[in-house]
Amino acid sequence: MEVQIEDSQLVSHYIQGDERAMAVLINRHNSRLTGFIYSKVSDRELTEDIFQDTFIKVIRTLKRGAYNEEGKFLPWVMRIAHNLIIDHFRKNNRMPMFNATESYNIFAMMNDDGLNVEKQLIKDQIDSDLFKLIKELPEDQQEVLNMRLYKDMSFKEISDNTGVSINTALGRMRYALINLRKLVEANNIVLTN
Amino acid sequence: MEKIYSKKKDKRTALKAKPETVEFLLAYSKSLKITEAKGIKFESNLN
Repeated sequence: MEVQIEDSQLVSHYIQGDERAMAVLINRHNSRLTGFIYSKVSDRELTEDIFQDTFIKVIRTLKRGAYNEEGKFLPWVMRIAHNLIIDHFRKNNRMPMFNATESYNIFAMMNDDGLNVEKQLIKDQIDSDLFKLIKELPEDQQEVLNMRLYKDMSFKEISDNTGVSINTALGRMRYALINLRKLVEANNIVLTN
Repeated sequence: MEKIYSKKKDKRTALKAKPETVEFLLAYSKSLKITEAKGIKFESNLN
């Protein structure tokens, strides 16, 4: 029977200078990561670019000794890819250019979607309250909630990463939301903007 | 009763990054050196 070395061990071998460990990590997660990126960008070439940039970031972080062992390797890599995908869409979502004329003024049609200072402060307060409430949840529910909401992972991915069935992951998410609502009520917190 | 989930065979070939991309990353990894001086980390790429 073939024994598979865990990601965490490979990461530590790589940090100690074993370059072969990176080859194993890339090949092990190649298909999964490529599929994840492609599912968001639907472009083969762009997928390749983001895949490359993701691992460049991974390599630099590991070599600089800045990797935090707290999380698992794959969710961390997925998070990097996810951020790069968001960066890509942000960069390519610029407003087209219009020249204002007397009869047509672009500023009459444009809305600023960004939050003003007051709304930003309220949003920060909500985020901070929510963060504290999430910390009150049992660890298994916190884990599923964080993966689903903040790491944008599917229940299949959560199930693979936590070693529980999809139904259990769904159940934990459900209880996490029920418990969060109870905590909101118990603490008289208003989580609206 | 337990549900039985049969695994459907996926006829598509799995989406993967090209071998050239993987080779590039491994070469990049080998060439990247981090040196630290007075608390500052410097990156150098030795091709």
